[in-house]
Amino acid sequence: MSAPVLLEVKHLRKYFPIRRGLLQRVAGNVRAVDDVSFTIAAGETLGLVGESGCGKTTVSRCILRAYTPTSGELNFHTKEGRTVDLARLSRAELRPLRPQMQMIFQDPYGSLNPRMTLFDIVGEPLLVNGLRDRQARTDQVAELLRLVGLRPEYMQRFPHAFSGGQRQRIGIARALALNPRLVVADEPVSALDVSVQAQILNLLLELQKRLSLTYLFVAHNLGVVKHICDRVAVMYVGQLVELGETQALFQAPRHPYTAALLAAVPVPDPAVRSGDVELKGDVPSPANPPSGCYFHPRCPFAAEVCRTEAPVNREVAPGRFVSCHRADELQLPGVVQ
Amino acid sequence: MSSPTAAAPPEAELAATAAEERVSVASNWTLVWWRFRKHRLALFCTLLLIGFYLVVLVPDFFATQDPEATDAKQAFIPAQPLHLFNAGQLGLWAPAVAGKRNAITLRMEWQVDETRRIPVGVFVQGEPYKLLGLIETDRHLLGPASGDAKDRLYLLGTDRLGRDQWSRLMFGTRTSMTIGMIAVAFSIVLGVILGGISGYFGGLPDLIIQRLVELLQSLPTIPIWLALTAALPQDWRPEQVFFAITLILSLLGWTTLAREVRGRFLALREEDFVLAAELAGCSRMRIITRHMVPTFMSHIIATSTLAIPVMIINETSLSFLGLGLRPPAISWGVLLQEAQNIQTVALAPWLLVPGLVVIVAVLAFNLVGDGLRDAADPYTH
Ligand SMILES: Nc1ncnc2c1ncn2[C@@H]1O[C@H](COP(=O)(O)OP(=O)(O)OP(=O)(O)O)[C@@H](O)[C@H]1O
Ligand code: SF4
Ligand SMILES: [Mg+2]
Repeated sequence: MSAPVLLEVKHLRKYFPIRRGLLQRVAGNVRAVDDVSFTIAAGETLGLVGESGCGKTTVSRCILRAYTPTSGELNFHTKEGRTVDLARLSRAELRPLRPQMQMIFQDPYGSLNPRMTLFDIVGEPLLVNGLRDRQARTDQVAELLRLVGLRPEYMQRFPHAFSGGQRQRIGIARALALNPRLVVADEPVSALDVSVQAQILNLLLELQKRLSLTYLFVAHNLGVVKHICDRVAVMYVGQLVELGETQALFQAPRHPYTAALLAAVPVPDPAVRSGDVELKGDVPSPANPPSGCYFHPRCPFAAEVCRTEAPVNREVAPGRFVSCHRADELQLPGVVQ
Repeated sequence: MSSPTAAAPPEAELAATAAEERVSVASNWTLVWWRFRKHRLALFCTLLLIGFYLVVLVPDFFATQDPEATDAKQAFIPAQPLHLFNAGQLGLWAPAVAGKRNAITLRMEWQVDETRRIPVGVFVQGEPYKLLGLIETDRHLLGPASGDAKDRLYLLGTDRLGRDQWSRLMFGTRTSMTIGMIAVAFSIVLGVILGGISGYFGGLPDLIIQRLVELLQSLPTIPIWLALTAALPQDWRPEQVFFAITLILSLLGWTTLAREVRGRFLALREEDFVLAAELAGCSRMRIITRHMVPTFMSHIIATSTLAIPVMIINETSLSFLGLGLRPPAISWGVLLQEAQNIQTVALAPWLLVPGLVVIVAVLAFNLVGDGLRDAADPYTH
């Protein structure tokens, strides 16, 4: 953990106002992200995991400033060696920084403009960032397509000619066009066939090595994360409940929610499993979260204090953060690797 | 498969790949065209509409006479239908008419006389006019070719003032089709700008525009037209009235389009490819013009095509009620208004032909619009 920090997220909050009535008065807030802090070191892959609706996409989009955070800091270390708080920048100030952080999307269909050819899709980031010469752009797009395993001859085709996996490669090529430092991948394989998922994950790993990329990798289950992430952050209803090194977190989860997510990971030999934590019920709405620990209605270990008091996030071991009242006493089953 | 012959793919397979290749590089407009041309009826109606618009461009060329020229002695002449074959050969002619005064009513009664044939020529000389307002000429598509000045040709008969109905129809077509087009063009401009602001920026502008749309849509249209058109000064020249009517139609007609554009913008704002463009550093202008508008352009065109017949009907109804264009302006509505009495229906049914033309035009627009919509958005139906 000696690599320099690339991005420091501090007390990030994103509330979506709920508007009602003819005058669209604010009637409440969806607290999609509520006080989330973590760091990403240069060159590492941080996994962000949680069930649907936990706020993973909102965190990703705040970091890339597709959303303006309600409060908090996003301290980003630029190529030029400065540290800027992305949360405070205006649209115009962000533009020169955009090339350094890019996104890979979940939906390989919605993320490519159906009216544009591959050349236009992958070449657009180059064009709007100053590469006006068409021939130079053609060469670079060809290079990028080769990099992600597509044939440059496909350049004049439209997205409708490609399969889901191929489209995802196109999306990756576009994200890499500007030579970014940070790549946020929001569930990049969950919309793909299982057979294709591994190919895309391997491509991402290979590209990380070749281009020394830093990934924030979002997933809704821990299975995918195991192979690709150095560290994992687990989110529940807008908050981080556990953060730690992948290996350690898988072997000995400290938060019941992490243990429950682990129980959902398929293992080759079910016999090694014992005392699994089962996940029942639904994720509560971030507009109206439960009292105390947000997880208490679903937690098999909930005590009286859990109903009334919210646990604070604390460092239980070096680099290991948990928010649970009973983190020290519980012995939770992990996955032996 | 290691035999050398297996290496060369069979011809059918090659053809299939070529077709696939064609599809993979086909732009959206190409795909829309491929889907549209499968609708035979829509294609036929497109040709029909092109014909209509040729009339709009050069009505004088299609007219056989001056549409304003009155001749009391030639009133209520029945249609002299155009025949294509003369004695088994291709040759245009129309039967002559003969008039006889009824001794009791003292009214001229005209009879079509099939035995006397007036030869009809193409590109004949007639009234001088300016083609497209530029080129001085006196050529008309059709006209009597007998050389006898007494031979007159009334393809659709004459009205109570002896004006040639065919020529009036040509000029009426110009007015009515132009009003439809211009009113829709205004509506598009208003609808796209206001709908775009509403959908792209949201917030207060959206709130105001949406309430305005709701207000306009909740007003009953006919009384509003009545009020607005009645407010037009009586002494305005026909061109001024024409312009005012167009404006009134489009001021009331932009709301549907604005709703649609707003909806599209709202949906597109959430699209990942729009976010990707934003993250790539595209300017707002580029995102709107390169990513958002092109995705719903074909749809807007289809919707506009469907809006034109509504405008045409609106103008026709207004003029028919005597509230829109008034003589001496000529439009389909004006022609029908002049035919709106029992005498016409009983004695001169040919004066109702403009009604048929309205139906044909409206149907053609609707069929083309439907075809376009299906071709533009094959999945939403
Ligand atoms: N634009 C928005 N307006 C209002 N509420 C929103 C908005 N975007 C997200 N939310 C709410 O915020 C919460 C978190 O959503 P988010 O999309 O970040 O979850 P997620 O973890 O990415 O889920 P998924 O796995 O389904 O992608 C959800 O309850 C969602 O309904
Ligand atoms: S704080 Fe209590 S309810 Fe929350 S996870 Fe820990 S034990 Fe369960
Ligand atoms: Mg998500």
